[in-house]
Amino acid sequence: MLEIKNLHAKVDGKEILKGVNLTIRDGEIHALMGTNGAGKSTLSNVIVGNPKYEVTEGTITFNGKDLLAMSPEERSHEGVFMSFQMPVEIPGVSMTNFMRAAVNARREALGQEPLKATDFLKLIRDTQKLVDIDKKLVSRSVNEGFSGGEKKRNEIFQMAMLQPTFCILDETDSGLDVDALRVVAEGFNRLRTEQTSALVITHYQRLLDYIRPDFIHVLLDGKIVKTAGAELAKEIEERGFDWIKE
Amino acid sequence: MSENRNEYVKQVANEQYKYGFTTDIHTEIIEKGLNEDVVRLISQKKGEPDWLLDFRLNAFRHWTSMVQPKWGHLILPEIDYQAISYYADPTSKSKSDDGKPKEIDPELIKTFDKLGIPLEERMALSGTAVDAVMDSVSVKTTHTKALEEKGIIFCSISEAVKKYPELVRQYLGSVVPYRDNYFAALNSAVFSDGSFVYIPKNTRCPMELSTYFRINARNIGQFERTLIVCDDNSYVSYLEGCTAPMRDENQLHAAIVEIVVMENAEVKYSTVQNWYPGDAEGKGGVLNLVTKRGHLRGNNSKLSWTQVETGSAITWKYPSCVLSGDNSQAEFYSVAVTNNYQQADTGTKMIHIGKNTKSTIISKGISAGRSQNSYRGLVKIGAKAEGARNYSSCDSLLLGSHCGAHTFPYIDCHNNSAIVEHEATTSKISEDQLFYCNQRGIPTEEAVGLIVNGYAKDVINKLPMEFAVEAQKLLSVSLEGTVG
Repeated sequence: MLEIKNLHAKVDGKEILKGVNLTIRDGEIHALMGTNGAGKSTLSNVIVGNPKYEVTEGTITFNGKDLLAMSPEERSHEGVFMSFQMPVEIPGVSMTNFMRAAVNARREALGQEPLKATDFLKLIRDTQKLVDIDKKLVSRSVNEGFSGGEKKRNEIFQMAMLQPTFCILDETDSGLDVDALRVVAEGFNRLRTEQTSALVITHYQRLLDYIRPDFIHVLLDGKIVKTAGAELAKEIEERGFDWIKE
Repeated sequence: MSENRNEYVKQVANEQYKYGFTTDIHTEIIEKGLNEDVVRLISQKKGEPDWLLDFRLNAFRHWTSMVQPKWGHLILPEIDYQAISYYADPTSKSKSDDGKPKEIDPELIKTFDKLGIPLEERMALSGTAVDAVMDSVSVKTTHTKALEEKGIIFCSISEAVKKYPELVRQYLGSVVPYRDNYFAALNSAVFSDGSFVYIPKNTRCPMELSTYFRINARNIGQFERTLIVCDDNSYVSYLEGCTAPMRDENQLHAAIVEIVVMENAEVKYSTVQNWYPGDAEGKGGVLNLVTKRGHLRGNNSKLSWTQVETGSAITWKYPSCVLSGDNSQAEFYSVAVTNNYQQADTGTKMIHIGKNTKSTIISKGISAGRSQNSYRGLVKIGAKAEGARNYSSCDSLLLGSHCGAHTFPYIDCHNNSAIVEHEATTSKISEDQLFYCNQRGIPTEEAVGLIVNGYAKDVINKLPMEFAVEAQKLLSVSLEGTVG
């Protein structure tokens, strides 16, 4: 369970989050909508511990532990994963080496032996099939020369490899055509277990057609101003955000 | 968090040079200072013929007329050549009449064991023959018998002078004459040990040949001299490794490596240079002042230099190729890492003389801390080098904002049919890359290693397998504590 209480955060000296309260129980999918600059990406970056963002007030606990006291990698080892809005390229580092470092760092943190090379390669092959990602992508350098769709698919592949319990999808739908969106969303749905919870950040209704949220929150000017069921997305699609502000 | 990190960085800084131990062994060291008598004494200790003593004396006289070069992008401390001893023999206690140690002192065996170089024949690395040099003397060469059966000579240069004087005389100084430069003249006057390799015609050397250089004694200079001759239609892969203890004062290593490649022959020369780099404040460390050059004498000959340079306080080194033979091909692959106060000015020279000669230069500089890292390269195309080609690519990676990366490419082309290409980039490890790794659970130190190794991959891949693994680890260790 993720619990955010009275969260305030700054980036480049400017206060973006102004008291966010949010509770996500195991197995729940929450969608976060809002205008540009409302603080959606700030919230997701703060949860995963991006050092560019400074928390000035409030708490985040994950399964009872103080998430804000942990380094980004420790949060990852706890099972927190973010699918990046704009995944970076790391030239020369193969996806295989990258994932091996990630998987084994997590195993080490959990007190497990590193995976043997053969077991690891099998895990990669199985996961590839599960999320239907091109074999060639896995042998290439991390995100280097990937198309927008390939990058997003690669994020879902990494999610499958690391099997997190809480996932943030930060505008995973941006830059995807309808077919690619469906593939990515279906990949995510296949990975979900009873326990997996998620925060899905989006501007559009269409992603939520594939990933059905239990709740939708509207973030405006650094605060959650409205919470409702899945039907809210449709209303926002039709009417925009202005009616909520009033 | 940040306090923990500082603690960790400190710990790593103290730990990171794991070859910094000293060996407590009786070592015969001659008086400090340099003059003609010292040159004569070295020659006498090694039982050398007159022609070699004359070679040394000529070099010494020439050296006294020269001044230390200042063109490098380096702050080279004033070296007091009279404060250094020019000969240190850790095997002196166990010498038999022929000058070779009868039994190797167990302390020496232990030392090389610790460095991962077992000297006892039955323990010796399979697939690699090793010549182990400490201070001024070769301690032991492994697998010599097996190589002799194929007619391959692999021994210390001192031994070669005695056993194969004609071969040594024919080639010594033929690629790097003693007049070449200041440090070459110094080396030619006082060189001590290094390796001699001769691969006869039509022979593929069945194992990797390797020399491991170790500086141990205090206030000595090490003057390595290596000579490799690969005759027609032959092949050899040669590796060089080096380490030194941690000392507060600078240690001098001034080497010459000469390589002769005959028709259709191929030589691969790989270096993993890990001399003590000095401490985090820039105190101590090896001054690595080296002249390495290969002569592609025969048609269709090939030579490649691959170097991973992580150590030394100062590196001044330009492994070069003279492409005389038609259709000869030369390659230079380099990764140079500098951290703290290290300075490196390194690169290559490709001198195209023969027709249709081809050279490739791939240089990757990585700077961190307050270090300065320069690539300096010359591509020269002679008037008769019809159809010559060169491709150069020089990349610099900066970690942090207090270090420097510099590129000094020189092109001197005298033939209109030549094609010369040069590319250069400078980049930084971005915080976004590090955070991306962190989010996937990879700690920052490991992420830096991963990213740097990715950057250096094109060069690392050129190293023989076991060396590549070592080099990867070394790159990560050298840069630990640089980002945070």
